[in-house]
Amino acid sequence: MNFSLARASLIAEADLVGIAGERAVCDPRGVLYFPDLRLLAVSDLHLEKGSSLARRGALIPPYDTGATLLRLQAVISDYQPSIVISLGDSFHDGGGAQRMHASFRERLEALMAGRDWFWVAGNHDPEAPADLPGETVRELAIGSLLFRHEPSKLRVEGEIAGHLHPCARIVQQGRSVRRRCFAGDGGRMIMPAFGAYTGSLNVLDRAYAGLFRLDTLMAYMLGTDRIFAISRSMLRPG
Amino acid sequence: MTEQPRLAEQNATVALPEPFIRWFGEKGWSPRAHQIELLAKAQAGQSVLLIAPTGAGKTLAGFLPSLTELAVRPRRKPGQAQRGIHTLYISPLKALAVDIERNLGKPVEEIGLPVTIETRTGDTPAHKRQRQKLVPPDILLTTPEQLALLISAGDARRFFDDLRYVVLDELHSLVTSKRGHLLALGLARLRSFVPGLQTIGLSATVAEPDELRRWLVSQNPPKGPTSPDMAELIVVTGGAKPDISILDSEERVPWAGHSARYATPEIYREIKRHKTTLLFVNTRSQAELLFQELWRVNEDNLPIALHHGSLDVAQRRRVEKAMGDNALRAIVATSTLDLGIDWGDVDLVVHVGAPKGASRLAQRIGRANHRMDEPSKAILIPANRFEVLECRAALDANYLGAQDTPPLINGGLDVLAQHVLGCACGAPFRADDLFEEVRTAAPYASLDRSTFDRVIDFVATGGYALKNYERYARIRLNKDGFWRVSNPRIAQQYRLNVGTIIEVPALNVRYVKAGSKGSASRGGKVLGKIEEAFLETLTHGDTFMFAGKVLRFEGIRENECFVSNAPGSDAKVPYYGGGKFPLSTYLAEQVRIMLDDPQRWKKLPEQVADWLRFQADKSVLPKRDDLLIETFPRGNRHYLVAYPFEGRLAHQTLGMLLTRRLDRAGARPLGFVATDYALAIWSLGDMGTMFKARKPSLSALFDQDMLGDDLEAWLADSWLLKRTFRNCALISGLIEKRHPGQEKSGRQVTVSTDLIYDVLRSHEPDHILLQATRADAATGLLDVSRLADMLSRIQGRIVHKALEQISPLAVPIMLEIGKMPVNGEADETLLMDAATLVEEAMGPGMAEE
Repeated sequence: MNFSLARASLIAEADLVGIAGERAVCDPRGVLYFPDLRLLAVSDLHLEKGSSLARRGALIPPYDTGATLLRLQAVISDYQPSIVISLGDSFHDGGGAQRMHASFRERLEALMAGRDWFWVAGNHDPEAPADLPGETVRELAIGSLLFRHEPSKLRVEGEIAGHLHPCARIVQQGRSVRRRCFAGDGGRMIMPAFGAYTGSLNVLDRAYAGLFRLDTLMAYMLGTDRIFAISRSMLRPG
Repeated sequence: MTEQPRLAEQNATVALPEPFIRWFGEKGWSPRAHQIELLAKAQAGQSVLLIAPTGAGKTLAGFLPSLTELAVRPRRKPGQAQRGIHTLYISPLKALAVDIERNLGKPVEEIGLPVTIETRTGDTPAHKRQRQKLVPPDILLTTPEQLALLISAGDARRFFDDLRYVVLDELHSLVTSKRGHLLALGLARLRSFVPGLQTIGLSATVAEPDELRRWLVSQNPPKGPTSPDMAELIVVTGGAKPDISILDSEERVPWAGHSARYATPEIYREIKRHKTTLLFVNTRSQAELLFQELWRVNEDNLPIALHHGSLDVAQRRRVEKAMGDNALRAIVATSTLDLGIDWGDVDLVVHVGAPKGASRLAQRIGRANHRMDEPSKAILIPANRFEVLECRAALDANYLGAQDTPPLINGGLDVLAQHVLGCACGAPFRADDLFEEVRTAAPYASLDRSTFDRVIDFVATGGYALKNYERYARIRLNKDGFWRVSNPRIAQQYRLNVGTIIEVPALNVRYVKAGSKGSASRGGKVLGKIEEAFLETLTHGDTFMFAGKVLRFEGIRENECFVSNAPGSDAKVPYYGGGKFPLSTYLAEQVRIMLDDPQRWKKLPEQVADWLRFQADKSVLPKRDDLLIETFPRGNRHYLVAYPFEGRLAHQTLGMLLTRRLDRAGARPLGFVATDYALAIWSLGDMGTMFKARKPSLSALFDQDMLGDDLEAWLADSWLLKRTFRNCALISGLIEKRHPGQEKSGRQVTVSTDLIYDVLRSHEPDHILLQATRADAATGLLDVSRLADMLSRIQGRIVHKALEQISPLAVPIMLEIGKMPVNGEADETLLMDAATLVEEAMGPGMAEE
């Protein structure tokens, strides 16, 4: 089918988005990569969420940390970034790093080795993770970009944030599809949550009010192996 | 009516106390033979299964052993300890318990028995439940969930100390679900409390009574083979033969569809002719539609009402009351179980759409008539041509007395996990003892020890290979060999989550003014509840049918859906409600036999017989054990239509698997649609030519090995399995149920079961909960066992007909294409469509600045 072949060549181009003048790849696995900076950003890992809930009696499978790290390993080995920014809520709670199984800690440290690694403080993990390398920061400015966990109420050009776990929903042919997404208006970008057990919140929810220029807002929905750029007019709440 | 034997002729050993004899005499009645027989067996210490049609005095029979015993029991002397429960009555319905309280209270009062009767359901106020614990009634009427709660209480053993009988009503409907598994486990627990406990099961006619007889008594009896492994059986036959007919419509019977709209005027004419008509349909959407259509032709303004499980409770009760007062002329309903008990004087049952099973038809018709000796009158309205065949088959079966209730399945491991935690909440247990006890319950009779131990491990720490949660264990093994709950909070959590009924996430439907999104005012009254999944597909301004009205969708706010009236307009969006049963294996076979036997077509309406003759002319009619496959081109596509007659679920699974295989063979399949009778697949490649060249051959395509790797591979990502997993996770207590009134919890607190499923499947595919999920899916949504039977039956019996054009038999399913949602798997295609619109409009680079 020529039609779909033609499309395949578009994918790489379509996945490149501009944020305050910098070009970034929205990877369908949920990370943002800036080729010019060799910088990889990932948000809301929520490591050890499983054990955090287990403490309260919900014995959900203890494999979320392993699953999240495995996916992180894959993107890092693909892009080989020199800088990695974990954009906050890297651990589900302050004790997460301590609870982490030794094998997972080793895997994480192997990923960190040889790169500049920044832990941006989040609301779940305001303090530096115990006994792990990397630098903990409140926010981080690189070039025209500003990395922080919670998007600020004021408009900040070039802000990359997480915290809200954006997802988007469309309805086509009487069926509804909901996916995690990057949400961006060209000036600011909110990243999807990366953790295996993280839920999501629709970009049309009032929690996002005032964060975007509505005329240029796009949801970059995560597909199996590509990103689907959907304009605001196609999006549905809920 | 058969002559009732005089009491004197009865077995002399039966002790019917004098007040009872007098009461029967005063009423001018005499006890029926089966009532006395049941009493005799019970007095001899046996458990009994009573199978009888409605109106046979089943309830009184079931309680006679208790009442006679209680009548002669010496009165409690002052200062003597309170007595415990004597008889426990369990029914699937709250309403039934309430109804029994009324019906049983009357004879108890008239005979002057010193017997207290009370109900205990989810509606019973806390203070009354408290009091019942201190001063228990003699007879407690309750539900399976309440029993589970009672046995998980710390004082359970003492509370049931004096228990003599457990009466199980509507047993045939209880045993087929996970509720039945939970109840069987509860019963096993009661038997361990009270070794001499007797059970009395009351049931409608079923295909395999022995299954129910085993269910009622202890299996694998721990103390030697002294007790029988089946309950005694009493069958009351008879009741007058129902007078059933198929509507021979003057209108054209449609090719496809489920609305039976064509027959509305004829149905209305029947309603006018009778006092009260009960109209059964298979789904809620059919109920809504039929109700609308009837009111459209209701020139005489007859009181016609609507009743189904999604409607607001208050509205349902009003309809039921009107029904009881004989104030209604007709009522459209989805199932007898949705309906309250007081039926009034129904003199006609209309069944719209095919009944899907012979037993289901018999039960529905039977329940409408409360006088066993008068024939029930029923009319079947087939909604399309295949349903004409199905109705004919069901009707023949009902006359022949055929039964096709489904065979019982093994007990669910998720239910067992819930029960294990419940037992621990009640009292510490030793694994050996509990294992033995659980195996006395029929659904768990073949449970092996290692699976049981894995369930215990699951309850304790989640049962994961990665031992990370030891310190968070819910139950712990102490040095004395007893398992105990780790802290009281666990027991509280358990009590909130007990039961096996999983509510589909649903939103209240509330009236507002048109155009208002409900933000300003909180709006008008609540009409009922609709599944969230359906509402998600609506956009502002869409119209749909609910609660007998055409409504306009205004928006969703928190847990409410706002709608306004949209009078005069047609509902735009079809509503695929749940509650659709697949065609039973038995009826499917009857339909195949009928197709194969032109002699039997004479009983069919002329237009339907003509249709079959055309098919014989243009293509071929399948022999009873053959599978007919037709291929033909149409437009720029190629079609394959198969006629397995194995029910929608099995066909859906078959469709998924065949499209995978056709894709591998290079046929480029585009989609498929499944009905109860047939399956259609369309593709870009010419399947007919491929099959003729045996690339692939049809026998290879339909080989049984598709149930191996192909099934596994497809299942892994299937939404069907995710939905099943969610139920297992909730029932097993892995995650907590969301309770009504409880706000949607924040995204940090809960984890969606889909995410848990993905993680668990990739890291521990053999986990016990996944095992339980696959077992459930195989019997439930996928109907794998039925598909397997079919694939083995048709080996070497596939008949391929390569046609130039569509055949008459294929018309119905071809009409379904585009009307039915193609389920689940094509999300990316939809996203692609949406993204393409953007690209087409703006060009690919629009996102860049």
